[in-house]
Amino acid sequence: MVDFAIHNAWLIPLLPAISFVLIAFFFQRAKALSAFTSIVCILAAFTLAISVVIGIIHNPETVEYSVRWFSIENVASLLDANVPSINLEIGILIDPITAMMLFVVTLVASLVQIYSVGYMHGDPGYSSYFAYQSLFAMSMLGLVLSNNFLMIFMFWELVGLCSYLLIGFWFGKYSAREAAKKAFITNRVGDFGLLLGILMIQVIFGTLNFLDLQSAIGSYTNMAVLTVITLLVLCGPIGKSAQFPLHVWLPDAMEGPTPVSALIHAATMVVAGVYLIARAYFLFSATETGLTAVAYVGGFTALFAASIAIAQDDIKRILAFSTLSQLGYMVMALGLASLTAGMFHLMTHAFFKALLFLGSGSVIHALHEKQNIWDMGGLSKKMPVTTWTFVIGALAIAGIFPLAGFWSKDEILLAAYAGGHTGFYILGSFVAFLTAFYMFRLVFTAFFGKAKPENHPHESPFSMALPLVILAFFSIVGGLVGIPGLEHGFGHYVHAPGAEHHAPSMMVMVSSTIIAVAGITLAWVIYAAKLVSADRIAATFRPVYLLLKNKYYIDEIYQWVIDNIVDGLGKVMYWVDIYIVNGIVNGTAFITRWLGGVFRFVQTGRTQDYALIIFSAVVLIALFLVYNNADQVITVVGGVLK
Amino acid sequence: MNVTLNHFLIVAALLFGIGLYGVLAKRNAIAILMGIELMLNATNLNLIAFTRYITPGLLTGHVFAIFVIAVAAAEVAVGLALVITIYRDRVSVNVDDLNIMKW
Repeated sequence: MVDFAIHNAWLIPLLPAISFVLIAFFFQRAKALSAFTSIVCILAAFTLAISVVIGIIHNPETVEYSVRWFSIENVASLLDANVPSINLEIGILIDPITAMMLFVVTLVASLVQIYSVGYMHGDPGYSSYFAYQSLFAMSMLGLVLSNNFLMIFMFWELVGLCSYLLIGFWFGKYSAREAAKKAFITNRVGDFGLLLGILMIQVIFGTLNFLDLQSAIGSYTNMAVLTVITLLVLCGPIGKSAQFPLHVWLPDAMEGPTPVSALIHAATMVVAGVYLIARAYFLFSATETGLTAVAYVGGFTALFAASIAIAQDDIKRILAFSTLSQLGYMVMALGLASLTAGMFHLMTHAFFKALLFLGSGSVIHALHEKQNIWDMGGLSKKMPVTTWTFVIGALAIAGIFPLAGFWSKDEILLAAYAGGHTGFYILGSFVAFLTAFYMFRLVFTAFFGKAKPENHPHESPFSMALPLVILAFFSIVGGLVGIPGLEHGFGHYVHAPGAEHHAPSMMVMVSSTIIAVAGITLAWVIYAAKLVSADRIAATFRPVYLLLKNKYYIDEIYQWVIDNIVDGLGKVMYWVDIYIVNGIVNGTAFITRWLGGVFRFVQTGRTQDYALIIFSAVVLIALFLVYNNADQVITVVGGVLK
Repeated sequence: MNVTLNHFLIVAALLFGIGLYGVLAKRNAIAILMGIELMLNATNLNLIAFTRYITPGLLTGHVFAIFVIAVAAAEVAVGLALVITIYRDRVSVNVDDLNIMKW
């Protein structure tokens, strides 16, 4: 089974693909059958993924197999045998990172689909929803199994397409349509850089295969070119993983159904960017600038998003900014040369973020689409399962011992601290404080506090509660695979080549716990015990509050840039098009018509005129020949004049 | 007076000129056909004169001339048929009226 799974790993993305085709083309009418097919396929993929994980744990080696897809013969390679033609392949690459991603993606996708059975109940697009879900899972699984840049780029775009379809799933809503477009277009900006980077890699190294590149890059010495490639490739993760300044699409992506948000935020889509950095780690670590850029982008996004999250009112928006912040954390960890910490946090984050989103979905479902946390309150009594699983998720993301988030966050802070990046260590600790604060601001306000009489919440059905419990379980124990001192822990399998693992530091652990507890306490003081009025604080620091509440006005700035600069450029281009391009085309047509108008008067319709012209022409030609070349005339006339 | 090739050529050229004038200047379709006949006969005269003065032993010119006469007969037959058809249609053989190919 294990060997079979590893050597037939292509089945893992194929199963959801089959489900997509079946649902999209045959089961559109049969709602229950659609959900059933989709869930069975993803569970089968999950089983295979677990087998792969077991196989990798037994024998942590890289497995690669591929088939040639097509090759492009260029002129140079036809003329000179030394110039290679471009060979493109489709292949599977399995190493510990892939195995971990397979597990996370299939697990979260399965739970989200099971959850959706209850959440999407009665929706007119039920079957399409499951078709998209399958396609989404297929794209992400294909992405993590890819063995070359081209394949990863194809699945990368498919993931983008699925997010577009699912964010705009309720396309009847104006805001959903806009959000879908925004997500797609913002991603295009990043993808453009990624595509350029991939093209440069193909041109310079002649291959897109990760393993071939890994060995080729070691002997490549032009650091400037390598840096340019790295920065271009980094554009992709910045767009897909919603790092500053392309983060704007992720908060708006909340317009989709909540399980979709969970899927996008936890397992598919946004982690694709982090995964790409990890997969192409040899590229990023080849230059000093590459890793530094990654670390700064991640660190800034972590702080930036966390600060926004403390002033938001919409439950899903708070979670969205928390995702941004946590993604920044992962990217920062990768930039601090700790592949282990970044991927470990990706895994634990997938568990508790999926849990938090599904929990918020459960709340929204119970309150009939209310999303403002100030309209909630006192849900803990009516919705015990949702509440307590949500609290577990919040404790995990805040980094409370011994939940999953504690271990992975500790790993990141340790990487910063032991690596000598004190600035990043302080930044990370501060973000941890903010995270604990805004998560418990949400928890205390929405789940505890005074119940609102107009709300009649009820606990969600079993199909929705079950995934919450399973994810809560993983949020508690998921970090145990990476606890320091474990001989064959997470870091034993997932690590950068040659990276030594930092010795665990008690100082980091204790301080991060104290910081998290401090954040929770502050939230309790303000929002539960109400010892300090939140409104007073907001009033005192009004400019800061407004700045945070309006997300640093980034959307407004972009809108201004689009309205003025992009549209202005558009107006210039429009003018050029209308007056210059059209002018040339229309001018040609006008001149032609004008000439035709002049010359048509030659057509008198009288045959005699034509005969006259023909005869005159004959005379003229004869005269011309006579005066220019008498011999020729003689030849023409047959020599009779001699 | 000794008649040379040039005399024949001059007469033929005059005939051709008169015929061409008729073709280009006459309004009556019948007159135009007559002009064409004159031009053809000018050609015939040339052909015979060339045979007589340049290649006296050969019959090439004669054969050509006979062919031209035959073709001319056919051409006149077709031409007259056209003229009659046009006359039935328009009660006129004035070519100035036949300008439906005008711009």
